Amino acid sequence: MTEKQQMHSAYIAHFQRRATSLTNDGGAWFVPTREAALACFSRLGFPTLRHEEWKYTNVAPIAQTAFEPAAPGAAQVTLDQIEPYTFADDACTRLVFVNGWFVPELSSSGAASEGVVAGSLIAAMRTHRELIEPHLARHAAFEDQAFVALNTALMQDGAFVHVAKRRVVSRPIHLLFVSTTEGRPLVAHPRNLILADADSQATVIESHVSLDGAEAAACFTNPVTEIVASEHAVVDYYKIQRQDDRAYHVGALQLHQYGSSNISAHTISLGGSLVRHDINALLDAEGCECTLNGLYMVNGRQQVDNHLRVVHARPHCNSREFFKGVLDDRARGAFTGRIVVHPDAQKTDAKQSNMNLLLSADAQVDSKPQLEIFADDVKCTHGATIGQVDEEAVFYLRSRGMSRAAARGLLIHAFAREAVEGVRFDALREQLEGLIFTRLSQGDMLQEA
Amino acid sequence: MLAIHNLHASVEGHEILKGLNLEVNAGEVHSIMGPNGSGKSTLAQVLAGRETYEVTDGEILFDGRDLLDMAPDERACEGVFLAFQYPVEIPGVAMSHFLRAAVNAQRKHRGQQGLDAVEFLGLAKERSKIVDLDERFLSRAVNEGFSGGEKKRNEIFQMAVLEPRLAVLDETDSGLDIDALRIVADGVNKLRSPDRAMVVVTHYQRLLDYIVPDFVHVLVDGRIAKSGGKELALELEERGYGWVEEEMAGKEAAAL
Repeated sequence: MTEKQQMHSAYIAHFQRRATSLTNDGGAWFVPTREAALACFSRLGFPTLRHEEWKYTNVAPIAQTAFEPAAPGAAQVTLDQIEPYTFADDACTRLVFVNGWFVPELSSSGAASEGVVAGSLIAAMRTHRELIEPHLARHAAFEDQAFVALNTALMQDGAFVHVAKRRVVSRPIHLLFVSTTEGRPLVAHPRNLILADADSQATVIESHVSLDGAEAAACFTNPVTEIVASEHAVVDYYKIQRQDDRAYHVGALQLHQYGSSNISAHTISLGGSLVRHDINALLDAEGCECTLNGLYMVNGRQQVDNHLRVVHARPHCNSREFFKGVLDDRARGAFTGRIVVHPDAQKTDAKQSNMNLLLSADAQVDSKPQLEIFADDVKCTHGATIGQVDEEAVFYLRSRGMSRAAARGLLIHAFAREAVEGVRFDALREQLEGLIFTRLSQGDMLQEA
Repeated sequence: MLAIHNLHASVEGHEILKGLNLEVNAGEVHSIMGPNGSGKSTLAQVLAGRETYEVTDGEILFDGRDLLDMAPDERACEGVFLAFQYPVEIPGVAMSHFLRAAVNAQRKHRGQQGLDAVEFLGLAKERSKIVDLDERFLSRAVNEGFSGGEKKRNEIFQMAVLEPRLAVLDETDSGLDIDALRIVADGVNKLRSPDRAMVVVTHYQRLLDYIVPDFVHVLVDGRIAKSGGKELALELEERGYGWVEEEMAGKEAAAL
């Protein structure tokens, strides 16, 4: 047996060991899906660079590490520890997950508001099966995606958010995923399902942070989030990746949009050693608006890969993709933006932009638009740029008295900040602007390239 | 205030300034004129410290100190200002943010306290009147989407806020219609003072109808070929640059 196969079998053995608790976690009805997903994972194995969809992301470090499954309640985390990552109690409904397990004591108590469910998915699989069964694992396809298959087989917990018809949730729902390894390499498979019924509106923030200090070991987070927006529903979703530099993070986001719904999903990557986001949207009825924004700011030897696929299946839908990257040192980035327009999706309007700023000679980014258009009356545009800080602008600023470092900082900050301007939750936007600023002043991003 | 001796400068190995001498005292306005390619803009860029120009010989003293030894930002902090021929667009950076950062960098250099947002806004609003700019432009990104006239007015506005001791205006008249030219020139005139010197680089005499210089220098082939008073500009307007070039060629032939 090869080393690779051994690693596969470790996950499969884990599945078998946990068979009983998996049945309990969410109920027996989901077990056949878990088994089907496990079979897919066994067949697929971890992808290698030979897979077209993974040619820029080498997941060998994940495949080769013997991660232990995180046990519920094993890690003790206090409110004080998570405080820097939270928003004011009255600004948000907060659900906290430690190594993928829900921790009610750290979460907001009580319901978000009338007509709104926001809580543990595993618990809701028993209490709200009729809502969950038609959707869970029905949107994020696992047949050909190894990491989604692995998550579906081994999913622990995560958030279930349901917003009933016509409900407008004014307070954002914050899903805070904390990793704390306490010295042992751990894996977590968080799973979220967000259902926005017709004419409803909600904001969901999914953030991933690390609480480890010096004793950190590698951790592998493999989250999957499915969002279903019914007719005229409006969902703002933000994923903030700020785990530490020992973290491997391979996540999938699947959006399913019905008539005239509007989803905007922001994906912000600041932390992690190896980060991959698979972001898929299916615009499955007329009049949908889908906005996918993103920012990645990486340095050292960080790697971040955003892999987008937007499928226009019906006419008159708009999609907007706007991703920006700032890469320093030996960091690597990749952006793949696939737009698929089905034959009857006439009047599609799809725009894609990926702009990158390289701050060092060793930083590298691969940007690849992929348009597959089978309709004839559509507007699809894409653009990718990879460049350095504009020296003309640096000189202009210096000629007014700013130091070289201050001038570069101002320009890089402005470049990155544009990617978070569209964040509609003020406290989050301010937090992100602060993080961008800190990232710039901490690192040597301001030094000469 | 400014003393340039035997300045030689090249760009990409191509010598453009070939032994330029110039003395500018406080309170004076000097105009540098000359045909295209004579080195006018190179002089402006070298004064501001543009790194793409290499100074191969000569010296520039600013109040007796070696200007060439200072970084561009240090020159700015010491009171040198360049109004760009082509102001740079900087998306995502608001005018107010940019200019307050510049003002405070200069104040810090002089050991003064920085201006807070309110103090700065007061100063900026007051100075924006000098070039008739709507104060709303302070919230726009630096030069982004500005018309040609707005860009040039913005340069003079920055000069009004930064209060340099030596202002170098590089083709500030280029691309302006007569109304914009008047506004820009009026702004410059309001900023004339006994403590401030100005070097006005221009190809056309037109600007000098409004900004009347104390001295006019004609730059030919990297050297000052002729100097005079404001009447020299009028003569150049009538006769062109050819006769100055011929005169210089004659002098050189005689020297041989």
